[in-house]
Formats: sequence, C-alpha cells, structure tokens
Amino acid sequence: MAERTTHTRGADAPLTAAKNPDARAAGLEAGDDSDELVGRTVSINRSRQELYDFWRDFRNLPLFMENIQSVTMGDGGRSHWVVRGPANSELEWDSEIIEDVPGEVIAWRSVEGAGVKNSGAVEFRDSTNGRGTIVSVTIVYDPPGGALGKAFAKVFRREPRIQARQELRRFKQIMECGELPTAAISPDAILEEA
Amino acid sequence: MRALTWQGKQDVRVETVPDPGIVNPRDAIIRITSTAICGSDLHLYDHYIPGMRDGDILGHEFMGEVVDVGGSNKKLKVGQRVVVPFLIACGDCFFCKKQQFSACDNSNPAETTDASEIAYGYPMAAAFGYSHLTGGYSGGQAEYARVPFADVGPIVVPDGIEDDKVLFLSDILPTGWMAADNCDIEPGDVVAVWGCGPVGLFSVQSAFLLGAHRVIAIDHHPRRLELAKQLGAEVIDFEQVNVREALAEMTGGIGPDACIDAVGMESHGMSPDNILDHVKVKTFMATDRIHALRQVILATRKGGRISIPGVYGGMADKFPIGALMEKGLQIKSGQTHVQKYMPQLLDMILDGKIDTTFLISHHLDLEDAAIGYKNFKEKQNEYTKVVLRPGLGQRVAVH
Repeated sequence: MAERTTHTRGADAPLTAAKNPDARAAGLEAGDDSDELVGRTVSINRSRQELYDFWRDFRNLPLFMENIQSVTMGDGGRSHWVVRGPANSELEWDSEIIEDVPGEVIAWRSVEGAGVKNSGAVEFRDSTNGRGTIVSVTIVYDPPGGALGKAFAKVFRREPRIQARQELRRFKQIMECGELPTAAISPDAILEEA
Repeated sequence: MRALTWQGKQDVRVETVPDPGIVNPRDAIIRITSTAICGSDLHLYDHYIPGMRDGDILGHEFMGEVVDVGGSNKKLKVGQRVVVPFLIACGDCFFCKKQQFSACDNSNPAETTDASEIAYGYPMAAAFGYSHLTGGYSGGQAEYARVPFADVGPIVVPDGIEDDKVLFLSDILPTGWMAADNCDIEPGDVVAVWGCGPVGLFSVQSAFLLGAHRVIAIDHHPRRLELAKQLGAEVIDFEQVNVREALAEMTGGIGPDACIDAVGMESHGMSPDNILDHVKVKTFMATDRIHALRQVILATRKGGRISIPGVYGGMADKFPIGALMEKGLQIKSGQTHVQKYMPQLLDMILDGKIDTTFLISHHLDLEDAAIGYKNFKEKQNEYTKVVLRPGLGQRVAVH
C-alpha cells in the first residue's frame, strides 16, 4: 500500500484531479498497479478543530458515509469497520491510525492481513476570511481479487467520485446546518422509503 | 390533505396525499392560506424541466400560519403568519453568510445535487415544488407544507394585513426588485424592461423606486402593457414596432442605460436535453430561443448594464458576445436572494410604498388549481396572476 501522497508530481493540482485517477500513474511512488484513488475537497464554515473532532470519532462516519454500517473504536488507534456489501453481505476489516495531528490531519490504513486493503486521510486547513476550513479527503484502495474483490468493487467502484462528493456534501451539511437536508414530507415517508 | 400534484405534461390534479410532518429540528409546518401560480410553474406544467416525478406537489409562492415547529427552531412560534421564500437556504454556509441565499450550498440534499453540478459546475440550491434537480421538495399549492430551515427563510407578517398584500414576497416581488437593483440605477437613467409578466411589472415598479427617471416596458399583451402604463412606464408593443429603433429614438439616440430581460427561456431552454446532455448541440440550434436577450444586448447603450431575472437553463445559440464586449456591457443575473430582500420589501409594503395587489386577476379555490394552470397558460392577457386559496369555497364552473 502506498504512503499518503496528495499532490501531482511537479505541479500544484491535487493528485485526485489527475486525468488518470490511477494512483500510480498520478504519482504515487510505491503504489502497485491496481491501486485506485478517490479524493474530494470541500470548504466548511466551521473551525478546523471542530471538524477534526467530529471526524476523529470514526463512529460518526456512518452518519454521512452511506455504505459504512458501523465503525467501532478499539485500543491504540485501532478501529473495526463494517461495510454493506451486495445482497445483504458485509465486508469487515480493522484499521489503524498512522497519522494524527489534532485540528490538522487524520490518516488511517487497513492493518496487515485485512481482506480489503485501503487507506485514507482527511486534512483540515484554514481557508481565507469567511470561508471556514478546507477539508480534503483522499482514499486509496487496492481492490482484492476473487469473490471478495467483486463484492468490494460493487460497493466502492461503481461511481466512487460521485459517492465521495455526496459523502463530503453530507459531512458539510451536518457540520454547518446541524441536520441532513431531506425532501421527505414527513417522518412516515422516511420510514416507508427505508 | 389536498394538494396539486403533477401527473405528466399538462396534467395536474388536486389529490388527497399524506399530511406533512416535522422531519428535521429546524423545520416548520405551515397551514397554507394563499398560494400563487408562477409563470415558472408553467415550465413544469409543459414538462420542459427534467426531474419531475408523478405525484410531485407543485407550488413555490405560498404563505400561511405556523402549525408546528421543530425542536431547534428558535425563531418561529405556532400561530404566527409567515410568507415563505421559494428558494430554500440554510443560513450557515459561505454563500448564505454573504446573503447570496440562492447559491446556498446545503439546502439541496446530497443525492439530488449531481445533475446540476454536472450541468453548471456547482450544484444548485433547493426550491419548493420545482423538480428533483432542486431537491424534490414538496411545494405549497396544498393545504399544508413542510418548510425546512424555517428559522432562516419564512418572514413573519403582522396580523391584520391581508394575504394579497404580502404573498408576493415569496418570489416575484423580490425577483422584480433584485432585477432593478442589479441595474445599478443612476439618477436620470432610462431603464427598459422586456416582458410585462409579474416579474417584469414588478421590475418596472422597482426601477422607479430605485430612482429610474424613465422606464420603458415591452410586451404584446394589451392588458399587461396597460398595467405597465399604470405603473408609470412608457410602453412598446413589439408586434407593432421595431423595438430597437423605437428605443433608440425614445432615448435621444443613446439607448437605455440599463435593460432587464424578464422574458427568459420561454418554453425552450430547460428541456431535459439542454440541461443533462450538452453534447446534443443540435437541440440548441433553433434560432429564437434567446430572441429577447439578443435584443436586450443590442439595444443597451454603450457601457450600459443588463439584468437577467428571466430563467434560463441550458445553452444559447448565436449569443452576441461581440456586442457585449465591444460596447463594454455589464451583466448581472441569478435566481433571487429572496431572504435578503424580504425584510426591506415588507417594510415598504407596510409603509404603503409598494402595492402589489393590482397584479391579481383571479382568486380560485385550491380545488380549481388545474383550471387556474390551464387559463394562466392559455389566456395570458386576462390571467395576469392566479392566487389559490384552500377552502375558499367558491368554485369555478368548468367551461
């Protein structure tokens, strides 16, 4: 698995904006051929620390990440992730935190031996006046082979960019508005849809 | 409750649908007392806007009484009378803080933002009753509506002032006002307004209030031109005269200082193809779709200002970019920042400086909404504005 790299080689544009989103082609040095990269940046009108605190408690991630069923926090920066797969299946793995600077950055990766190798990072930077905090999320994953790989692909590779922007949009909505906007006409309508 | 629902092209019906309820803590539920049919509702009626689903409740100009509020809504109280802005804005994002409410980054739910993000580069804000591109929120041509972010949008109006006097704060009055405000009017200015529909007429009214020396209004419906005249405008019937020549002659050969396009895309620009499929260029090749806007650009004086409140959704063909550049014109446009303008306009209404009731040609029971749509579309000269009242009681005899 590649170490965290966020910018294209020799240019200012973020790696996630590369025309070829393949991580190795976009400039990851140690990435293997099949690594894939998804990233997205949003501005959120809240402080770096506030956003960091919410994200650092990984149990909050299912509130805005659709496919994640649950994340439980363990000892020593370890966490256990359960993700919805196709046909009511579940994918699970353990992650560890590899970088943690309060108010600035959180980076994590799946532990050795996880069936689904993946890593992610979220960075928080001050924006200019009135624009709050710039939040950049980068996820690199190495799709496994076999049946597990197919299941993983269905969950994560269908429209990873659309999924990433919807998830970050929801994160922004929760942090700025304190609620998730919905067009549901009543609580009953939400129950019917579920 | 009873509500007007969209069922397909030129097929709207009042049906019994589930009542709304509080979903989010900042919500409010409004019992609707008055709700209008907007010119832009006709684009939905004619199915020129994509993202409609059978059963969608239409309507984005409405007001009524607060009957329920969510747990964290500290602004509204049950029993208050409110007018609701047609655009939904969170009040918390960068854009709302800058009072650019129609650019709100949060009101459109995440799952409905992709189409406009692809078509326009960034996603649109949400609106009531205006397709799933703007969130799919149920509208206000109904007995009740759920209003999200109700601690930001709705404005409380005093008891005793009748609905007709304040209803248009929801959309068309602020839209006409912003159109004139975007003209950056200077003393002595001549402002020309294309289109004497509700927004055009309110633009005429607003331009005078903002200091225009003269306003020239352009349309072809006699009744609408008459209304413009009553507001103090000079009028041009585009079926009778060459508009550009008339404007040049009427302005001493200089041209209008500022021009307002209150016509918009008519029935073309927001077709599903235009919005969702840029590649099908042939759909933009038809000529007259931005006819009014072309005329506006050519008629405006050198160094003048253009304001576009008229709605466009897609691409324009034969856009006179040369005239725009060589004459050094400025253009301002956009969906209305209703929440920004509501308080000052309410004050002006209460002070008697603005009266918008002249526009209303018909009051109908909500149950007759479908007839209202049909006539508003087909009899534009007589049906200048339709206001629907749930429980009005008087029914229209079906012709």
